[in-house]
Formats: sequence, structure tokens, C-alpha cells
Amino acid sequence: MKSYRKTPGETLFAALNTLFMAFILLVTLYPFWYIAVGSVSSVAHIFSQGMLLWPDQLSLAAYEFVIGTKGVSSALGNSAFITVAGTLLSMALTTMGAYVLSKPYLPGRKTMTLFIVVTMLFNGGLIPFYLVVKSLGMIDTIWAMMIPYAISTYNMIIMRNFLQAVPRSLEESAMVDGARHFTIFAKIYLPLSMPVIATVTLFYAVGYWNSIIPAIYFLNRRDFIPIQVILREVLIQSRPEALQFIDSATSQISENIKMALVVITVAPIAVIYPFLQKYFVKGVMVGSIKG
Amino acid sequence: MGNLAEQSASASGGLSLPARFARALQKHWELYLLFLPIVAWYAIFCYAPMGGIVIAFKDFKVLRGIWASDWVGMKNFSRFISSPAFRSTFANTIIISLMNLAFAFPAPIIFALLLNEIRSLIGKRFVQTVSYLPHFISWTIAGSLFYMMLSPSTGIVNYIVRFFGGSPVNFLGEGRYFRWILVISSVWKGLGWGAIVYLAAIAGVDEELYEAATIDGAKRFRRIWSITIPSISNVVVVMLILQVGTILNSNFEQIFIMANATVLSVGETIEYYIYRVGLSSTNNFSLAAAVGLFKSVVGFALILITNAISKRVSDGGGIW
Repeated sequence: MKSYRKTPGETLFAALNTLFMAFILLVTLYPFWYIAVGSVSSVAHIFSQGMLLWPDQLSLAAYEFVIGTKGVSSALGNSAFITVAGTLLSMALTTMGAYVLSKPYLPGRKTMTLFIVVTMLFNGGLIPFYLVVKSLGMIDTIWAMMIPYAISTYNMIIMRNFLQAVPRSLEESAMVDGARHFTIFAKIYLPLSMPVIATVTLFYAVGYWNSIIPAIYFLNRRDFIPIQVILREVLIQSRPEALQFIDSATSQISENIKMALVVITVAPIAVIYPFLQKYFVKGVMVGSIKG
Repeated sequence: MGNLAEQSASASGGLSLPARFARALQKHWELYLLFLPIVAWYAIFCYAPMGGIVIAFKDFKVLRGIWASDWVGMKNFSRFISSPAFRSTFANTIIISLMNLAFAFPAPIIFALLLNEIRSLIGKRFVQTVSYLPHFISWTIAGSLFYMMLSPSTGIVNYIVRFFGGSPVNFLGEGRYFRWILVISSVWKGLGWGAIVYLAAIAGVDEELYEAATIDGAKRFRRIWSITIPSISNVVVVMLILQVGTILNSNFEQIFIMANATVLSVGETIEYYIYRVGLSSTNNFSLAAAVGLFKSVVGFALILITNAISKRVSDGGGIW
């Protein structure tokens, strides 16, 4: 923009606006800073500070304790399995569907697209959905956390739109050379569509790691509960028994242990965040282009 | 005979439908085969539940199964509509949605407009990157953070309250704060993410417009008012319509995480009620399914109405 003489009002506006953005940064980041600082501090320190800003020590005792409990270690394992297996399943189905739907020459493609898009507008609601999952014998199995949620129509459409943009001539020349669809996908489409594959993979992985609702609906027993359920029970419902200590006499969980638990749950998201925000924003843009 | 029919069909230039189907199948069988698992998944997890809606008209008994259970007509619906839960759940849902519409909806627009006025490109990027972060964490984590920030003993919000001479408030244990906490947490979680569409619309504005306006002596507010805001108004209208159409939906996950027994009277939305009646306390599947169907039908009508309005408001508008 061209430089021009600023009036006092504009200078004031710029200053206030900068202040406002600083406020947004503070409000967004402070809760994360708070749990990080608190998780390595002593309990006394947390309670003595009106506003927690710096740790009084750098102790990993809270982390050692949390990970050492049976409740958390098994829930972390469940969440990791759900995230990895679920994402693989979702990506396999989504890629297959998107690849097929991206073929403009395929007879019946419109009907097939309609068949999946209709489900974005209509659904049977929670109870009939629950009864289907129940009738498949998935209640209280880890599969209930993945299979009923395996395909996101939105993700499939995003991917289809991207695959559609791959020039058809590439496929045709490969077909002339006798390549089958599997080869065409692996050799031509896959390398060209890495951005959208990365985006959708991250979409699914974050979704699975964060998911708690399927566990609430479908899991009555505690064998397969994910870490998010433990987090809710400990942080929000104040139920220390969720951790399943060896020493069951402990009736309260100290504040730094709670914070360590939140840090552990948020850590995978924080680690992939640089990739997330790069690809997600792109993904949103790709999705907004109608195909 | 079949051969003859096929010959005459191809001679006349077009094949009969079954013949066309057979030919497509023969030529593209691999693609259809690839799509088969997709069809199966949608049939089981999307279409079968649609068929399962019939239990809303039945007195569904798990042991007898869907088909053997007795038809009861509209009894489940009339039972819901005449119950006190009907009024309270609809009122809670609509009030929370309207509060979100009034505060959580405009917040990303204002944020996008203000962020666009930040001169430093690095500063802008940094704020934007940070602002997306809450979108990616689960509601469970967001809820946990809110519980800690609002804690009467260690929370920073009550520290500020005490700093200004107030006495600590148990924000999450009192009904009168609950809806505001929902709105504020929605803003906190969705501010940066929600701003993306608006920032994209603003980025599409021709720089020359601003330059010309500046030469003509337009000050900053005038440029925002006459160039930036009109440039995003279409997007705002579409987003607004989408939001109005979903007024009967609530964020079940958010409410499930944040609510506790003491605030349920102001926080129990239709979706929460369906969960509670159907899965959590009583397993009254038929009643819960009827409530779900009732909500879907009314909600769908709302979407049709808002879409029709949008077509009228902006030419070529409308969501479909």
C-alpha cells in the first residue's frame, strides 16, 4: 500500500489494533503456557501464585506419575491404535472412493456421487445409528471407535476435486502402455496429489486422536477407552479413580498431575501443528472450490 | 434372439439400458469393484439408520427387534411434545444458537477485518497461525482448559476478579453463567479458524481499489467501510444463512464436555436430550428416535426456507 500521512486518529487506531492482537495472542496461548508451567511446578507453587507465570522447579515427577498409572498408559495405547488404524482405514476408503468418482468418463458417476452426497443432508439420527452399530456387534469393541466413522464425505469430495484436476492424458497414455488402475494410481495420481493426501490424512488423524463421542456412545466397559475420556473424567468430573492407581487410597489428584495429563493429551497435536496449519488452510481452500 | 436385439439396438445407434450397463461394467469393472466397499459402508452406516427411523413410530423392544415391535403411530411424538422437556430443550437450543449467532458469528468477521489492518506481514502471519491452534484441539482439552482458567481457587479469571476486589465465582457450577461460557468457549476455539474464509475474501480485493481510494483522500475507516466490508458481504451472507439454517443443532460434544448436573436445566439441548433419553439413562430408543426425527424435519424445513431467502437476497446466491 502507498505511504501517506497518518492522522492522529489513524495512529491511535493502529496502536489499539496492535494491542487487541496482543490480547488475542495472550488469551489463546496463556492456557497452554499455564498447563506447561504448572505441570513441572510444585503444587504449593501453583496455589501460592495468583497468576501462574513461571515454574518454581523443572520436575518431571507429575509426568512420570501420570504415565505410570494403568488408566493413562492403557488409554494412550488405545488412542494411538485408534488414530493409526483408523487413519489407515479412512485413507484407504476415502482414496478409493475419490479416485473412482474422479473419473469423468465413468458411466453412473453422477448417481454414485449423489449416493454419497445425500448423506450430508440426511441422516437417521443418533438412535438408529446406535442400533446399527449394536446389531453389528461392535459395542464395547475398539472397532466402534473407527469403522462407523471411517468415511468423511467432506474429505472424500475434497480429494475427488483434487484428483479431477490431474490431466486425463496422463492416464490415457499409461492405459495404452497396459497399466491397470492400481499402477495408474500409485505411479501417476499419488505423486501428484501428495498435498491433498497429506491434508486429508491430517484431518482424519486429528479427528481420531480428538474423538470422545464414539466412546461415550459405544463403550460401556473400560478396556478400550481413549485418553480423551480419561482427561474428561479427571479434569472435568474430578474422578481420580479414572487413573487406576496402584495405591487406591489416593483420593485426590494434585493440580500439577492434572496439568501433565492435559499436556500429554495435547502434545501430539502440538507436535504436528506446523504441518497442520499449513495443509489445513490449503485443504479448506481446495474444499471451497466446487467440482 | 438377444443377439438380434443387440444388433438392432447398435444399428439404431443406442443401446438399451441393461445393455449399456453390461457394457460399462465390462469395460470399467475394476473401478466399480473399487467402489463396492464405499457403497457397502454408506449402505450400512448412513442408509440403514435412515431406514431405522421407523422405530420412531413403534414401541421398539430390543428383544423383539425392529420389525416385530408394535406400531404406535405418533404416540412417541405426542409424548415428547406434551412433556416439559419439549419446551425446555427447544428453548435452550434456540437461545444458545441465537447467542452464538449474535456473538460467535460476528467475532471472526471483526477479527479478520482488524487483522487485515495490521501492517507488519510477519506479525499478521504470526497472529493468524496462533489463532488457528484452538481449532485443532479437542473439546475435551478446551473444556479442561476452561475448567482450569475458571477455577475458583487457582484460575486466572478469578484472580482478576479478586484483583479488582470481587469474591471468587464458581463459574461452571452456576446455571446463569453456563450459556455464556458456551459462547465464550465457541469464540475462543473458532475465532481464527472462522476468519479464514473472510481473510480469503479480503485477499481477493484488488489493491488498486485501495490505492485509488487513498489518492482520493479516503482515510482508513472509509476504506474499510467502502471497500473491505462490501468485498466480504457476499461471504458473510452465505455464512449467516448456513448458520441460521442450523439453529436447531447444538454442538453436542461441547455441551457434553462442559455441562454438569447443576447446569443441565439451562444447557440441555435437543441433542443432549436425545442422548440422555436414548443412550444414557433410560434406553427409551423409540422416544429418542422420535425426538431426533422431529428435530431433523423442522431443521430441514429451516434450511429450505433460509436457502430460498438467500436466493432472493443475493442474485445467484443460495447454497445450492
